[in-house]
Amino acid sequence: MSAATAKPGAAAAGKRIPPGEIHQSFLAYRGFRFLKWGIWLCLATILAYALHRPLTAPNGGTWLGYTLGTIGAALILWLMWFGMRKRSYGRIGRLQGWLSAHVYLGLALIVVATLHTGFEFGLNIHTLAYALMMAVIASGAFGMIVYAAVPEQMTRNRHGATVSDLMAKIAALDGDMRQAALGLDDRQAGLVLAAMNQVAIGGSAWRQLSGTRPNCATRLALRRITAADAVPEQRAQAQRVLGLLGERLEYLDVISRDLRYKALMDIWLYLHVPLSFALLAALTAHVVAVFFYF
Amino acid sequence: MSGDDIFEIAIVGSGPGGIAAVTRAAARGVSHVLLERTGHLSDTIYKYQRRKHVMATPDILPLRADVGFAEGSRETVLETWDRGVEAAGCNVRLNAEVVGIKGERGDFRLTLADRSVVRARAVVLAIGLQGNLRKLTVPGAELPSVQYQLDDPDEFQDEHIVVVGTGDAGIENALVLSNANTVTILNRGAEYPNAKPANVQLLQTAIADGRMQAMVRTAPKRLEPGWMTVDTADGETRIRCDRVIARLGALPPRKFVESCGIVFGSDSPSAFPVVSDHYESNVPGLYIIGALAGYPLIKQCMNQGYEVVEYILGNPVAPADEPLIQAKLDAAQPGLAVSPFIATIREQVPVFAELSPLQIREFLLTSEVHLAAPGQKIFERNDYTNSFYAIVDGSVEVLIGEAGAPANPVLRGGEFFGEIGLLSGRRRGATVIARDGALLLEVPRNTMLRLQRSVPSVARAIDEVAIVRVVKSYLGQDLDSAILAPVIREAEIVSLKAGEILIQEGATDDAMYLIRSGSVLVSRMVGGQEVVLTYLAAGNYVGEMALLRNAPRTASVKAAVATQVIKLPAAAVRDLLDAAPELRRRVEEKFSERVRSSAHQTADSESGALVNFLMREGLGEATDVLLIDETLCIRCDNCEKACAETHDRISRLDREAGATFASIHVPTSCRHCEHPSCMKECPPDAIKRAPSGEVTIADTCIGCGNCERNCPYGVIKMAAPAEEKPGLLSWLFFGRGPGPGENKAAKKHHGGESSRKKAVKCDMCHGIEGGAACVRACPTGAAIRVRPEEYVAMIRRGGAS
Ligand SMILES: Cc1cc2nc3c(=O)[nH]c(=O)nc-3n(C[C@H](O)[C@H](O)[C@H](O)COP(=O)(O)OP(=O)(O)OC[C@H]3O[C@@H](n4cnc5c(N)ncnc54)[C@H](O)[C@@H]3O)c2cc1C
Ligand code: HEM
Ligand code: SF4
Ligand code: SF4
Repeated sequence: MSAATAKPGAAAAGKRIPPGEIHQSFLAYRGFRFLKWGIWLCLATILAYALHRPLTAPNGGTWLGYTLGTIGAALILWLMWFGMRKRSYGRIGRLQGWLSAHVYLGLALIVVATLHTGFEFGLNIHTLAYALMMAVIASGAFGMIVYAAVPEQMTRNRHGATVSDLMAKIAALDGDMRQAALGLDDRQAGLVLAAMNQVAIGGSAWRQLSGTRPNCATRLALRRITAADAVPEQRAQAQRVLGLLGERLEYLDVISRDLRYKALMDIWLYLHVPLSFALLAALTAHVVAVFFYF
Repeated sequence: MSGDDIFEIAIVGSGPGGIAAVTRAAARGVSHVLLERTGHLSDTIYKYQRRKHVMATPDILPLRADVGFAEGSRETVLETWDRGVEAAGCNVRLNAEVVGIKGERGDFRLTLADRSVVRARAVVLAIGLQGNLRKLTVPGAELPSVQYQLDDPDEFQDEHIVVVGTGDAGIENALVLSNANTVTILNRGAEYPNAKPANVQLLQTAIADGRMQAMVRTAPKRLEPGWMTVDTADGETRIRCDRVIARLGALPPRKFVESCGIVFGSDSPSAFPVVSDHYESNVPGLYIIGALAGYPLIKQCMNQGYEVVEYILGNPVAPADEPLIQAKLDAAQPGLAVSPFIATIREQVPVFAELSPLQIREFLLTSEVHLAAPGQKIFERNDYTNSFYAIVDGSVEVLIGEAGAPANPVLRGGEFFGEIGLLSGRRRGATVIARDGALLLEVPRNTMLRLQRSVPSVARAIDEVAIVRVVKSYLGQDLDSAILAPVIREAEIVSLKAGEILIQEGATDDAMYLIRSGSVLVSRMVGGQEVVLTYLAAGNYVGEMALLRNAPRTASVKAAVATQVIKLPAAAVRDLLDAAPELRRRVEEKFSERVRSSAHQTADSESGALVNFLMREGLGEATDVLLIDETLCIRCDNCEKACAETHDRISRLDREAGATFASIHVPTSCRHCEHPSCMKECPPDAIKRAPSGEVTIADTCIGCGNCERNCPYGVIKMAAPAEEKPGLLSWLFFGRGPGPGENKAAKKHHGGESSRKKAVKCDMCHGIEGGAACVRACPTGAAIRVRPEEYVAMIRRGGAS
């Protein structure tokens, strides 16, 4: 398998990416080559399963069961190898091809492994391995969707600005706001100061993922300061502060959304990788159990 | 010292050149004085970063001086010199800035800043290139709390420090000081146009985090102990200020030098004064050595200090580099000797006829001498090499057709080739092979550019031949020289600054232009908006449409970067086209091809704007650039990790930094420019371009930081070597050492012994099998490296984003 993705083609095509492949998604890599491979693998498996007439009920112990089991285990080992490949920076060929193969062949594993079980489930190590595998695949599928969709939203959200650009804009706003707040009464000035002093953005993983800022002092200040209840001579200042607060809130929202997107792209790997190590352990146990205690 | 005393030799400036000169003068027992502007010796080296590791390149060059110099820390070098000058009993005057030199051999009068006068029979000017720092001029600027450089940021704590100046130096100082002090940086304007984007970003983050403060549209007005009064947009205010760090840049020394009557090679800001083989300028008795004369390496400066004193005393020592040149000649053809060879070059090779033997010597040091066997390839078509070749003897063949084809031009002794690559910065247009045993002089690009700038006759000789060759290579090598002659006679070279307009849409002028270097943007007004149609790089021509059709210009053309074009007047071109039907056919064909392609190109403003943005980001002078499609990039930074892992654990690319437009992000990474600005002032000439195009920095880098300052795209950084790494598996399973792409050494701020920082940058994975590691490691295909032409063509076809 690995020989196929790192085929001389990739290296021999030279250092350059062919023009047709410039800025093409990993899902579409080489004209969906690995999607096709995945589909062929599934079709072949289903066909074999349908034609197969085992002596007993279909299970992992028949010749087809062994074959599918071997393919499945090999696939799992190869899928796990992706972590190593990702960090072997000297290797020839592009990681993009590997990721493309990883997601499509990983998904094909659903069919291969399920038919390998012959739908025999129970409360045992074998089913545990299966469940873990499905969990890894589910998390991977989530990751795939996130990778395919979120970067674009993230880019649109920031409009070319970086987080530090946005922070600098907020700092500039704060300078003006500090001036403007001098013309407000103590209660209102206090709210403005509280908004400026609240720098923490982000917070716990959950907070980042949800993208909410429940105690946002800027929003609070925006809600509690009204130009109407300022004394007439302060009204203009209050208007100005409100405008600045509104702008500040917009920037904060952009930043929290950005953090939310980033968190979305990071979080699933914290499931995918540990679960895949658990799967490796369970798979080993499953194989040992089958060969030594069967 | 009374004004009547007259010294044999006055030496101005106590850098390595001046120190070597003064110790030689002392050793020879001649009356002398060394005048130094500052209160210590060798200010340039004094100002190096604390504990900087000073390099003694080139290793092969022997040192010939009465004081020692070896590779080591800045402190050791300075101490050796201080001791050496003292031990030799030199007559040194510190705090003696020379502001004027008048007179001639036998009687010079040097005026100092305090108006006193020093007299001498000969003067050695060794003031280097650092120039005069611009100073604050506000009342109170003389207070001791005002300083113009920062040696050791750790010296100051809990002070209120005001930094004036928003170039890179000011910003960098403000940032380090903000760790332990209350720092305010003053900015006359609101933006930071003189600083690198990366520094501006760091500054803005620091301001946003509240680590320091910036006052925009603000200038210092008055200083008093503890306070500074500043002018702001809203009037005056007083701010706390215990210390001022003013980083206002330096005035180059050229004005002063010219005021002494010394002539420079050309008007170019990078030209040097003209000196003889004995380092004598056009003013008899006034000698120039060291960086000011164009020799920036410490060892060269010191050797010249020694030699110049010997020359003044009338003792013709052979230059210290003689053995080096001899070795080069021996390698090429045993039996060649240095002086006769130099004489042969001056006689046989017209381009170099007007060079002094010293200048030839200098360029021989960096050049190669080859004896090419018959049939041997000198360079190949499409190589990115850009050295210049002169034929001393024998002949070469330019392969336009098959080897030996009658149409192939043959060049003989005294002629040169390779100038087109040198001038355009682009690929070689043809392969050149030796016909018989050809004795060739290969002069590297930088040396050749320096020569062109400082010796007008060299530039002229090259331009004359280059015009002929460029016209031929653009229009057709097969054209008869006689037919071309009128066009060539009227051709002229036009230089354009970035953004300058060459052709205005609707105008009725009708010259045709060959783009010799740089690139141009072609645009058209559509619905009142300028829409960029395409960009054309060197090697193309523009303006033929109006000429063929006798119609007004249908599009505007402006320089995308600094560009040179060869202008061919319309009448001459029309005559040429009438005389050469074959050429007319070719031009017509190219013309219809352009019309066809612009027809199915949508002249939409969106892709035009993208092209425009990319040009602003330097693609107009790039040969290869890293682009990230942000709609694919998952911000995993695997690209940076891959770069670090394949390059001594220091990533040469900064993914997040850099500009973005319509989801195309240009990260901070080398563009491998056609005319790399980084190469310009590299003392050891450590920056080279590989035949395949990569611009790389060799190990001979001395860490001076010039390239970091000169790169317009901020892609070079100075870095110390990183720590060793454990294997991948032992990191993965045992958490041993730094992981992939991590580098703890780089994060440590204060190194122990002398710091060996060198310049590092993207080398496009030169020599790594499989090509750019960042691109290979990108899991989603977001990161690509492309040639600008390819990419722009793709955008024009409506391919990207
Ligand atoms: C950061 C940095 C690192 C470098 N590292 C290396 C390295 O590792 N190895 C190497 O070989 N080269 C290195 N170089 C280059 C080298 O330092 C200089 O090219 C060299 O010092 C030039 O010597 P010089 O004698 O010509 O002039 P300078 O060393 O520049 O000395 C000129 C002296 O003249 C004085 N002066 C100027 N004007 C006047 C005046 N009007 N009157 C009186 N005195 C005056 C100045 O105060 C100064 O002391 C480095 C350069 C820099 C900037
Ligand atoms: C049993 C099946 C699978 C196993 C054992 C497995 C294992 C792994 C491992 C070890 C990594 C490396 C992570 C890292 O080190 O950073 C990885 C990455 C990844 N996996 Fe899987 N995987 C499986 C199935 C899938 C499936 C089905 C999908 C998608 C549909 C998927 C999507 C991904 C993606 C997108 C990454 C890339 C993470 C990155 O580089 O940022 N995986 N997987
Ligand atoms: S380092 Fe800068 S100047 Fe040099 S080639 Fe790269 S982008 Fe151009
Ligand atoms: S490797 Fe690719 S996806 Fe990851 S940060 Fe770099 S460009 Fe983005």
